[in-house]
Amino acid sequence: MWKWLHPYAKGEAAYRLLGHWQPWLSGLALILVSVGVIWGLLYAPADYQQGDSYRIIFIHVPSAMFAMGAYTGLAITAFIVLVWQIRTAEWAIAAIAPVGAVLTFISLFTGAVWGKPMWGTWWEWDARLTSQLILFFLYVGVLALYYAFNDSRTGAKAASILALVGVINVPIIHFSVYWWNSLHQGATITRFGDTLMPSSMKMPLYISILGFMFLTAALIVYRLRNEILKQELHRPWAMAQLGVENDHGV
Amino acid sequence: MAFDSWQELIWMGGYGWYVWLAYGMTFLAIALLTIHGLLTRKKLRQLAVKKQQQQQRIARRKQQERNRSKLADDSTS
Repeated sequence: MWKWLHPYAKGEAAYRLLGHWQPWLSGLALILVSVGVIWGLLYAPADYQQGDSYRIIFIHVPSAMFAMGAYTGLAITAFIVLVWQIRTAEWAIAAIAPVGAVLTFISLFTGAVWGKPMWGTWWEWDARLTSQLILFFLYVGVLALYYAFNDSRTGAKAASILALVGVINVPIIHFSVYWWNSLHQGATITRFGDTLMPSSMKMPLYISILGFMFLTAALIVYRLRNEILKQELHRPWAMAQLGVENDHGV
Repeated sequence: MAFDSWQELIWMGGYGWYVWLAYGMTFLAIALLTIHGLLTRKKLRQLAVKKQQQQQRIARRKQQERNRSKLADDSTS
């Protein structure tokens, strides 16, 4: 496996591989998110307690899930950066962090807008909300560190250390609704046993979650390809990818 | 379909403002992230063009210098 994996540590090979994935990821993201959201907004029945306000769930839950999922990916990437010092992994830090930050923002915003009619408040300093806000600041901090140094390798290393330390926050977010008394409702989907939702609501939610997974992947891949080109711009292959032919073999 | 008319769909049983605000902001945030990515790409392309012109200028100057020194060599011999 290592022999197969090794060439992708190089910018050009990684760029080409990601280029093959890009259209599939983007296409699946567009189709699945559209189906999930339209199904959820138009066809799923209203909730007997929360009425139509619960329809926010079809973006709130997926965005929160992949805000945490992307952070887990970021932490693994940070580990690779610190241990093996692979350049592609360093650039992936810059690709994952902004996508994760936007997903976290979406989960916080949709949560606030859902909280207003249901709890009577936009914001409450309870464990789930506060730990998710910390996740947002972690993403912003990682990005700030990445760009804070003139040498991009130093920046990537500093950002990786913060990303790795911050991963402790992910299980805290996940279990916060069980560990502390929270205004936030418990998990809708549990791994063991039946979920509490009827399938007419569960299906669009699952499709939306799957769609957000591809959306997250597509956005990260697009940004990573940009970052690879940016860092390899001095090489002829990168110039050629941007439609600029380097004809005198410098 | 859970709604009988467009008005009902927009009204969302009184929660319309909240539901559509949440969906609108989500769409906006993802759209901005995508546009930012596309703009980065465009900027990279401009940078590559600039770099190429620079390299061509350097190559041309080197060629001129080579020609000049050749002429000088020819006249002295």
